[in-house]
Amino acid sequence: MLIKKPNDIPSSEITSKSSYLNRRRFMTGALATGAAVAGGLYLRHHDAAMGVPGSVEAHNASADTNGQKLSGIIKSQYSTTEKPTSFKDITNYNNYYEFSTDKYEPAGLAKNFRTRPWTVSIDGMVKKPRAMDIDSILKIAPPEERIYRHRCVEGWSMVIPWVGIPLSAMIKLADPLPGAKFVAFETVKSPDQMPNQKRDVLQWPYVEGLRMDEAMHPLAILAVGLYDEVLPNVDGAPLRLVVPWKYGFKGIKAIVKLKFVDKMPPTTWNIMASNEYGFYSNVNPNVDHPRWSQKKERRIGDSLLAPKRDTLMFNGYADQVASLYNGMDLRKDF
Amino acid sequence: MITIPDKALRFAVKPTVFLACLVPIATLGWKVYQQNLGANPVDVITRSTGKWTLTFLLITLAITPVRKVLSLPWLIKFRRMLGLFAFFYGSLHLMTYVWLDKFFDVHAMLQDIAKRKFITAGMTAWACMLPLAITSTTGWIRRLGGKRWQKLHRLIYLSATAGVVHFIWLVKADLRRPLTYGAILALLLAYRLTTWLLGRVKSRQPAPA
Repeated sequence: MLIKKPNDIPSSEITSKSSYLNRRRFMTGALATGAAVAGGLYLRHHDAAMGVPGSVEAHNASADTNGQKLSGIIKSQYSTTEKPTSFKDITNYNNYYEFSTDKYEPAGLAKNFRTRPWTVSIDGMVKKPRAMDIDSILKIAPPEERIYRHRCVEGWSMVIPWVGIPLSAMIKLADPLPGAKFVAFETVKSPDQMPNQKRDVLQWPYVEGLRMDEAMHPLAILAVGLYDEVLPNVDGAPLRLVVPWKYGFKGIKAIVKLKFVDKMPPTTWNIMASNEYGFYSNVNPNVDHPRWSQKKERRIGDSLLAPKRDTLMFNGYADQVASLYNGMDLRKDF
Repeated sequence: MITIPDKALRFAVKPTVFLACLVPIATLGWKVYQQNLGANPVDVITRSTGKWTLTFLLITLAITPVRKVLSLPWLIKFRRMLGLFAFFYGSLHLMTYVWLDKFFDVHAMLQDIAKRKFITAGMTAWACMLPLAITSTTGWIRRLGGKRWQKLHRLIYLSATAGVVHFIWLVKADLRRPLTYGAILALLLAYRLTTWLLGRVKSRQPAPA
């Protein structure tokens, strides 16, 4: 397959140096005040997670990988050169309905989530079904830094420096049978640790799926890290899917199962509201969500008064992925 | 029954309640100034102003039942102020949408109002409050006459209902919060329906011989 290099910064998007510097000055001021307030709390958590002697969290089994640096990360040609969203925003603002429907709460609620021991089962239409330990999954392929745009179906976006392994490497290892047409993913079901799984917010466990050619696409990764560190719990540790040309909810978190199947598998948000969330859920400014427009997005970290940005077809990855959908009516197959 | 001297009401209680009603906007303003609104400030401002609009609408609607059930006649003196605060927060909520969300893009907003049910409901809720805010003065009560004024101000039932529907329709999953507002509103409207029905039954009964 011929994959074009990403060509994702139109000249109109490039910030002039003077306004960039102005913004820097503005941000330094803003950060100084913000940091004074947030810094104390944040650092306390971070220190604890890093295992400062005497802290309670240091003795907690769940915190053993938190904040750990990943080594041997390779840069990737698929990364965007846009400025990444801050670590603080990425790890404090997201949807993780297993913990809370609020976007600020999962950060705290997921703090002690146990990511070891962790086994991922690979079954269905494969030559050799197996259960893999997370640490052996980390060795399937060298970790790559993938700085991707992330577009939430709710109309906000980020730029996230993921660290991950190509999903295709995992699939090749699984060796699916020729009849396998889709991969189905499943999140762990652990109501004791995930309070919302005790309530019927969504149908649990969360399930997602990709068509085999989508799953084999080099842009699709299984993320294991963020900002060169082990993936924080709040972002789906220890293993989450990242498919940057689709809306964020396709990126299923805390994966415990990959199943190869011949029919389109059910997906959680589609079960919840099939007229609002399709199986494909490709980012598409021309197909509105029934309840809101998808034409624009708010980039997290932009100033309060900055206008929203235009949403790009396939989230700006059209050159790489549009051919997957040749001949399909994307209004129908949204 | 608790009575409060008129002077205390006018010069102590009322100003205190007025200031208390400003706490939400003061808190929000302070957080904006401190750049302490989290990753998505516009979202926080939208939610906060929306929440307080609905809250003030429900508090306003609670005045009459609470006043009658607990026989606290002086509560009526707070109704106009609380209603106007509902309109105040509702207008801020609308401004957040017009300015920070749509950047005065009239075309996009018209499309939104026509195509999106929850926007239509929200706009209805605000539009119903507008004539009530305009005619809230003593002068307008006199001009319209008590009966007609009262009839007009029943629009608040529609406004609050549209507001709750707006909230229900925008939620992706987990309806607990909008339904809590809905349940309180249903209770407050049920009180009115009951008193109205009881009034009708009473007026139909023949006078005792």
